[in-house]
Amino acid sequence: MKYLHLVLANLGRHKRRTLLTIASVALALFLFASLRTVVTTLAAAAQFGSARRLVSTNATGIVFPLPLSYANKLQATPGVEAVSWANWFGGRYGDNKRFFAQFAVDPASYLEMYPEISLPEDQKQAFIRERSSAIIGRRLVDIFGWKLGQDVTIQGTIYPGDWTFTIRGIYTPTDAVINDDMMLFQHEYLEERTGRPGQAGWYVLRIDDGDQSASIAKGIDDQFRNSNAATKTGTEQAFNASFATMWGNVSLLMGTIGMAVVFAILLVTANAMMMSARERTREVAVLKTIGFTDRTLFGLVMVEAGLIAGIGAVLGLGGAKLLYKSTNFNAGGFLPGFDVTTSTLLIGAGVTLLLMLASGLVPAVRAARLPVVQALRRVE
Amino acid sequence: MKIPLIYNLRSVMQRPTSTAFTAIGIGLVVAVFIGMLALANGFRAALTRTGSDRNALVLRRGADSELSSGLDREAVSILAASPHVAPGPDGRPLFSAESYLLIPLSRRGADTNAVANVVVRGVAAAAWQVRQNLVITEGQAPVPGRNEVCVGRTMALKFPNTDVGQALRFGGRDWAVVCHFTADGSSFESEVWGDAEQFQPVFRREGFSSASFRLADPAAFEEAKRVLEADQRLQVDVYREAAFYAEQSEVLGRILEILAFLITSIMAVGAIFGAVNTMYAAVAARAPEIAVLLTLGFHPRSVLLSFLVESALIALVGGVLGILLVLPVNGVVTSTTNWASFSEIAFSFRITPALLLSGVVFAAVMGTLGGFFPAWRAARRPVVQALR
Amino acid sequence: MPLVEIRAVDKAFQRDSERVEIFTRLNLDIEEGSFTALMGPSGSGKSTLLNLVAGLDRPTSGSVRVAGAEVSAMSPNQLAPWRARHIGFVFQQLNLLPVLTAWQNVELPLLLTSLSRRERDERIRLALGVVGLEDRMKHFPRQLSGGQEQRVAIARAIVADPTLVLLDEPTGQLDAKSSQDVLALLSRLNDEFKKTIIMVTHDAHAAASARTVLHLEKGQLIERQGAMA
Repeated sequence: MKYLHLVLANLGRHKRRTLLTIASVALALFLFASLRTVVTTLAAAAQFGSARRLVSTNATGIVFPLPLSYANKLQATPGVEAVSWANWFGGRYGDNKRFFAQFAVDPASYLEMYPEISLPEDQKQAFIRERSSAIIGRRLVDIFGWKLGQDVTIQGTIYPGDWTFTIRGIYTPTDAVINDDMMLFQHEYLEERTGRPGQAGWYVLRIDDGDQSASIAKGIDDQFRNSNAATKTGTEQAFNASFATMWGNVSLLMGTIGMAVVFAILLVTANAMMMSARERTREVAVLKTIGFTDRTLFGLVMVEAGLIAGIGAVLGLGGAKLLYKSTNFNAGGFLPGFDVTTSTLLIGAGVTLLLMLASGLVPAVRAARLPVVQALRRVE
Repeated sequence: MKIPLIYNLRSVMQRPTSTAFTAIGIGLVVAVFIGMLALANGFRAALTRTGSDRNALVLRRGADSELSSGLDREAVSILAASPHVAPGPDGRPLFSAESYLLIPLSRRGADTNAVANVVVRGVAAAAWQVRQNLVITEGQAPVPGRNEVCVGRTMALKFPNTDVGQALRFGGRDWAVVCHFTADGSSFESEVWGDAEQFQPVFRREGFSSASFRLADPAAFEEAKRVLEADQRLQVDVYREAAFYAEQSEVLGRILEILAFLITSIMAVGAIFGAVNTMYAAVAARAPEIAVLLTLGFHPRSVLLSFLVESALIALVGGVLGILLVLPVNGVVTSTTNWASFSEIAFSFRITPALLLSGVVFAAVMGTLGGFFPAWRAARRPVVQALR
Repeated sequence: MPLVEIRAVDKAFQRDSERVEIFTRLNLDIEEGSFTALMGPSGSGKSTLLNLVAGLDRPTSGSVRVAGAEVSAMSPNQLAPWRARHIGFVFQQLNLLPVLTAWQNVELPLLLTSLSRRERDERIRLALGVVGLEDRMKHFPRQLSGGQEQRVAIARAIVADPTLVLLDEPTGQLDAKSSQDVLALLSRLNDEFKKTIIMVTHDAHAAASARTVLHLEKGQLIERQGAMA
């Protein structure tokens, strides 16, 4: 460490080159962290789910509804503690530039089922009481400037016409993976306006013993196998996981790009280190003449490579973490809870180490092995 | 350019490793650039090809996709009888009422949790004439009244039990696969087609989702649209088929393109920094040569141009390398969910000559930007200093 | 009229906070067809003087006229083409572009003219012939000896038929034999081809080849007869 000033002096000899190289490393690691976070965020969404919640959909396909009459039968099933349901509304707001999910739910049972959707008690009660009310995620307040008590009109697509709701509650998710930009309104309102008996898009059930989920699910599916609408029941986690896969092979895409990025930056860094190495022959010779060991010189070069890679890494990885955290980024609602995880940071650190080795090794070995006499001859 | 190009070419070869590293760095950026845009391109192309300018698509008013739309039998018969529908060679209207359903199926070789929502389209015989560019490549069209389906090309590639002669199971029933079809690379190739009338009882769906018909006069689309939308019995929206499907590709297509530009911009800055480093080192190493050139009487701007060209050349080589690297990806089939219609759509990477050209131009721009300040420095350095 | 007229020229450098004066109120005439050697201790400013004549540097004050043109007043944009036309310059080392052959190096000044390819080839052949290196024209600098490199540099310096040939320590890096060859060549250029030559050197033996020897000492020029029998 007492030689640190030598390393710093070397770096300072070509400040511009040093700064540009550090900047390249920072950019590359920023990109790397961002790409990997897409993958980890999707994975987190895929893994989210309470062990005690099951989701029941129509076995034919998710776009087919289930009869509301199932609610009682499900409630009566042994092992089932609570039942709720929801319908996808799929409406458009304004110019539809910012998509957000809308669901028609049974307010009391749905909010009880999802304590993660947290809002003040009085707002909750207002939502349950008022037929044409809705609750919204707090991000919608930021995006559209909506306020409590305000009327909001949505254009229905599946259910045609203009639908007006009064905002009676603003919820905050207790888990970042849950979208904070949904709108929930009353299922009965949907029934009332369409004039048709209601259906459930899917059911959510809470069971008393998480270990029994497989057998309870099978029991439910057996129960409805031969009726009009057979069910497919599974854990909430399985349900969420299947959505995550709908994107396609995202991890392959992100991974490939990530590799290209890292490799490109490796070249830039190695190039810079090589250039420094060529110019340092004289100094190495002089240092060796003074009495510095080969090992020390090896170390000096590696530390130089390490500093460049390390500072770049801190800037890039740290920058990514800070940026996404502070802007509460969620990719327009598609990637809720977008946050650089510790594993990404660790892998980033690993990449940095790799960078340091790959770019510093050859110059370091050369410096260590440089025959003093030959080098001094070049000094003239 | 006064200073001979051979000087730049040979000088570049004097530092092969440095040049190679810089070129490859730029090449990687170009490869990612072309690859991602090819992805967006392919996705858009699949959807754009799906619709025809000669057809109109009818959805229920307010519906934003075939999925959320519904047309009852009465509406369908009113539409079919419209004079705006072109008659076919046999006199019957070129009109196709269709059911649009999404069925969960597992992809080949994937775990069963990974389901894709595949489009199963219930059609009548007319659909094969109305929808464009359909070619049955194997087997015979499904016979109405039978539990038979025809599978699109990419669907057959990616999902099991889809060979002609096999049985595909969905909706609690087995359906015999009797043919495969292609559709000029459009999104129909990701679909399964069967008899609409057979689907209705199975899926408990009365009526249809949408209707597509050949315009009697394609130039009179606006007229047809006005008349049909004004019809009080109907409550429909009418679109030009081509425009509608192109619109469906907007959101995801735009996302992919923005992603492409964002990622490659950041990468490009890194690569440019690499080029800057390389060129500064080159200028420094060749200071005596620059002094000679200036002394001989070459204009400083000739020197500037010379180094700019050198940098651009290195970048161009990189660009070509990048293109070679990314070309194999062309035609590779991949799939995703088009959130606009919630359906699985398979499409292939599509590299066009225009895209390759823009990749090359991109490389040249990176090289020129990277070389600018070093070249400027080379030209401006007073000869006397260079001589010391 | 002298080919080169230097009048009341001052030249000073700023080195950090110190102002170093190289020469003050220097006067010098160089006649056409002369062969002048400029000698002096290291740091005396002889190279600087050469640079002033070539328009590579500007005096702090005073005037430098070459072939009637006020070189000290020209802008860099004007100097480049002027130099191309009037000056042939040979440095002590690193004259040649290492990636070009001898032929291509000699060709460089001609690229700044409007001569046709055939005319250029003719002149290059001529120039290389004068310096005696036609058989090496396709060689790269690293394949030539130090002396041969300098002779190629001289060929390049004369190929465009400049008004003046300026050389800065041309034999500084050469062994005795090569120096001899180069100096003989310079004498021939001056005797036979009537080239005006100004040569900076610290080597008295080299200076002996010249007709006139000037010494630059303490910022002043002192002429000493250098003509050898």
